[in-house]
Amino acid sequence: MARSQDRRPGYSRRAQYGVFTGYVIAILGVVAGVVVLVVSLINPDAFSFARSAAAEVARPMGKAGAAGRAGGQGVFAAVGAYFKAGQQNAELRREVEAARAQAISAQALADENRRLKALLGIVEPARKPVATAHLIGSTAESTRRFAVIDAGFADGVRAGQPVRAASGLIGRVIEAGPRTARVLLITDPDNVVPVRRASDGLSAFVQGASDGRIDIRLINMGVNPIKAGDVFVTSGSGGLYPPGIPVAVATSAHRDGATGHLAADPADHVYVVVEQAFSPQARADLERLIEDGAKTAVDVP
Amino acid sequence: MIFEALVKSPEDLVPKRINRAPWPAFAMGLPWATIMLASMATFSPVVASAPVVPPLAYMMLLAWRMMRPGMLPIWAGLPLGFWDDLYSGQPFGSGIVLWSVTMLAMELIDERFLWRGFGQDWLAACGLMTAYLGLCAAIAGLATGYPLPMVIVPQVLVSLALYPVITRVVALFDRIRLLPLKRL
Repeated sequence: MARSQDRRPGYSRRAQYGVFTGYVIAILGVVAGVVVLVVSLINPDAFSFARSAAAEVARPMGKAGAAGRAGGQGVFAAVGAYFKAGQQNAELRREVEAARAQAISAQALADENRRLKALLGIVEPARKPVATAHLIGSTAESTRRFAVIDAGFADGVRAGQPVRAASGLIGRVIEAGPRTARVLLITDPDNVVPVRRASDGLSAFVQGASDGRIDIRLINMGVNPIKAGDVFVTSGSGGLYPPGIPVAVATSAHRDGATGHLAADPADHVYVVVEQAFSPQARADLERLIEDGAKTAVDVP
Repeated sequence: MIFEALVKSPEDLVPKRINRAPWPAFAMGLPWATIMLASMATFSPVVASAPVVPPLAYMMLLAWRMMRPGMLPIWAGLPLGFWDDLYSGQPFGSGIVLWSVTMLAMELIDERFLWRGFGQDWLAACGLMTAYLGLCAAIAGLATGYPLPMVIVPQVLVSLALYPVITRVVALFDRIRLLPLKRL
């Protein structure tokens, strides 16, 4: 490589000022960046308007990408299925036998459940999804784990609502723009979800480890009863996530918990469902918080 | 037909060269445009559950800066870092700081090592990328209060290995940038 050009501009006063101004702006950039960084560390929502505007700009690109992903998955699945057809056939037959037996017992349980609920006078609240959306982007480069969906407050999406896919929990909405919203994935270390073991209700919470796995931590310390293969579902405590959504499967137990993998990997899902925050109390709290935020935002200028 | 046209070198796409000059908007704007588009690569079909994708926009900035010193102004880290912050998911401002510091650091490297081969460029880029990813993870850990330094190791290794490829891509863009498209 040739040596880089000389920055000394000679006797031209104009060129000298140009070089000097460049350095001044560069150093001002560092200072301004530090200020902005401190502000956003203290108040993470401070620049959400800029981020949602940027997401709106990139929305068509993300939608095209999501459609491409769906198509690509279809093609690979079809090719794979062709090669594994025989083995898959036998496996599926076995699974159907097992599922049929389970369906009968589940039917019986559901009947019993309905009778008991009628006895207690519990009315099952109807949970209508808020919106169905594509996953159109994610922060693939950062240690923070966010995704972007293509539904925003025009579709009724609000901050705090849980997001799930067919096979399990994805995360919760943290910023809603007009037609896009940011989702904090459950693999982010900031997202703590109260869960219970599906088999016996052992309570725990999960926290993201940023690497596609999550940490399962027990609430009651002592002998660790978790075994590999245990399924954890949301417990509904805290009021944000509805109970019974699969979250994680334990893969290896350690001293005070276990490491697990996700029940629903965002990479496998093109469509996700945004639901209402679970309990009316939590919903009221969220609305109050949002109102307070709006009020202080009005007061500031 | 189209494939053959792509395989040819970009200069062959423009047969007439006499009385032509590079198109100014293209010659000046292509580095900015490619870096900004690389920042938007997160809106791609890959929805990752771990930080695995190398920081393409940052690598592109380094590659342009090393290939054409003096073309990106020294303050370029401010606007480009701001743009990257909009899409990266990092706490806002981390891009502005780190990209501005990178441009200043490159200035120092230019001053200290006047004549460099590609090996030294790669070495400098390795140092800068490792520091960048480490500091990004540290800032994200500060935001969540749960630092996870080991998560980025695969990402760092992929980035270091991929830098020559990015340089190659930027070299192609550089040839496209200088195509004689404007009639004089």
